[in-house]
Amino acid sequence: MSAARPYGGPRALAGLFVWHLQKRAFRQIPCQFVHLWGAAHGRLAAFRCFNFLKRMYVTQHNKDLSQRAKPKSDSVAPPFHENQQLGQEKTVIYKIRPISPVHQPLSETSTRNELREMASAAEMEGSVSSVKAGSKEERQWKEMKLQLDDLPGILARLSKIKLTALVVSTASAGFAMAPVPFDLACFLLASLGTGLASCAANSINQFFEVPFDSNMNRTKNRPLVRGQISPLLAVCFAAACGVPGIALLMLGVNPLTGALGAFNIFLYTCCYTPMKRMSIANTWVGAVVGAIPPVMGWTAATGSLDAGAVLLGGILYSWQFPHFNALSWGLREDYSRGGYCMMSVTHPGLCRRVALRHCLALIGLSTVAPVLDITTWTFPIISLPINLYISYLGFRFYRDADRSSSRKLFFCSLWHLPLLLLVMFTCKKPFLEKEEKGNLLSGNHGRAVEIRLP
Amino acid sequence: MAAAVRAAAAAAGARRLAGGGGRRCRSSAGGGCGPAAERPESGGSGFCPPAHSRNDWIGPPDKSSNLRPVVFYVPPNESLLERRLRELRQETQAWNQQFWARQNASFQQEKEEFIYSRLKAKGLKMRDETGQKATLNAEEMADFYKDFLSKNFRKHMHYNRDWYKRNFTITFLMGQVALERALRWLRWKKKNIGN
Repeated sequence: MSAARPYGGPRALAGLFVWHLQKRAFRQIPCQFVHLWGAAHGRLAAFRCFNFLKRMYVTQHNKDLSQRAKPKSDSVAPPFHENQQLGQEKTVIYKIRPISPVHQPLSETSTRNELREMASAAEMEGSVSSVKAGSKEERQWKEMKLQLDDLPGILARLSKIKLTALVVSTASAGFAMAPVPFDLACFLLASLGTGLASCAANSINQFFEVPFDSNMNRTKNRPLVRGQISPLLAVCFAAACGVPGIALLMLGVNPLTGALGAFNIFLYTCCYTPMKRMSIANTWVGAVVGAIPPVMGWTAATGSLDAGAVLLGGILYSWQFPHFNALSWGLREDYSRGGYCMMSVTHPGLCRRVALRHCLALIGLSTVAPVLDITTWTFPIISLPINLYISYLGFRFYRDADRSSSRKLFFCSLWHLPLLLLVMFTCKKPFLEKEEKGNLLSGNHGRAVEIRLP
Repeated sequence: MAAAVRAAAAAAGARRLAGGGGRRCRSSAGGGCGPAAERPESGGSGFCPPAHSRNDWIGPPDKSSNLRPVVFYVPPNESLLERRLRELRQETQAWNQQFWARQNASFQQEKEEFIYSRLKAKGLKMRDETGQKATLNAEEMADFYKDFLSKNFRKHMHYNRDWYKRNFTITFLMGQVALERALRWLRWKKKNIGN
């Protein structure tokens, strides 16, 4: 499925966090400065300072923290936070150094003390990195306390909000393509219900996959993996989204749409997610999961499952293969290590063949659309270049089977689908023309009107 | 106090700390890093949360298992249910850590062996003239990935089954604990209002 990047939370939240961090850092600094400057130029002040840092070094040493630099990707805190804190530490250290040369040794013992302090200062500079590394690692430990400020961002990431938005837009496309007069209230209810159902399904998926997500680069920053939210809360959130979502679809739209929504949640959480680790057939199940939302949109509008719904579902179904197979091509190592059964790992030839096959199927399905009276004949003509291009990339992927062709195909699929749906909508068969054709949908239309009345 | 905590932590398993609540501190006893056998089962990094904190703490991903270790808080008046939950979570954490550490290590090792054998078959060395490590391209590695996956299939099946069971049990226990705490709080509230 498409990559779930962390939800770019509001800048304000990030800014608030930085301000909070700065406040904390500033609170610590004055104490050190008091030690530095309080007993001005007194040996005692310098010694206390060095002792403070030495104590830190010794403590870290006991806990045996490694001195190697931590790779950037490992750090939990955003880079600019760390730089802020390291910057504060740096200023402290610079302040310390000028003091030591000032001291004039008055006696042998004091000379020895000075030499010891000089040595420890040298040690300090060398050990500053270990101190930094030690305190950096300490800083990476987070309290597992739910921050209400962060909750919207966390829930957005838990529900894979970007993927949910895509799902809702495909459902809206299905609704828009339905040959009935547009009903805004129904449209909004259907979109909301689908969105809530998708949030629920995604949350349960993440709930099931915590240790696997930890081991894959793409998914290791998910909220449950990072402990930002407890599994119980994730399940409660999923229930709080899923139950109202399905109820909304069942009661506010129509039972068929509600049933499809519930079935889709079941298919995604109880079939697709476990199957990912059992058999390569999971990709086909996942494609069905992706195909159902536009069908739901259509049934929300018309109240029945007719050929147009199946065709839209078919287009989404076929689209899933080039999209997912291309994505999975670059993740073979992670999938293999994590124990995921994907075509790209076990049957690479099949993976590429299926992707190409379904790219070509898109051309066929686009041609069927006017036959079913969903669109005019301009649709297959206008969509041909787009479909040919993705088929060409699919062919390149089939032939070359390398990372660059897979990436090209994946990124193409990202803009191909919205564009195709947009073109489809603009080529939608005008409603009046259809009515003149003999009111095929009179029964359904009547039912749709019935449902719309509050 | 610190010594008592360290001594308690050095003994593996979840025992209640003497003298009321405290933290299951994961630092190894004494100075320096003891050998692996002395470490608590979860493989500690030695982090000790601040004493005033009453929550669990989660750390950076472990190098070998990529899982984030959790240091659990033991409340002074821990109920039986809470204790069961904490012990199950600790045990699951250790079990997960062991599985993934082993899995990742064997993956790396087998990958190295595969690369070595393939390079040897091709007549190349592990390092080329510039001293850089020679690698195989993605297509050659694909054979290894496929092989590794099929070899470990049964192991993964068992792990999946166990993981799902544990996950459900932990979450269900969390729900029970939350309910228990809510009822306890309600009773306390009623008592206070009564007074």
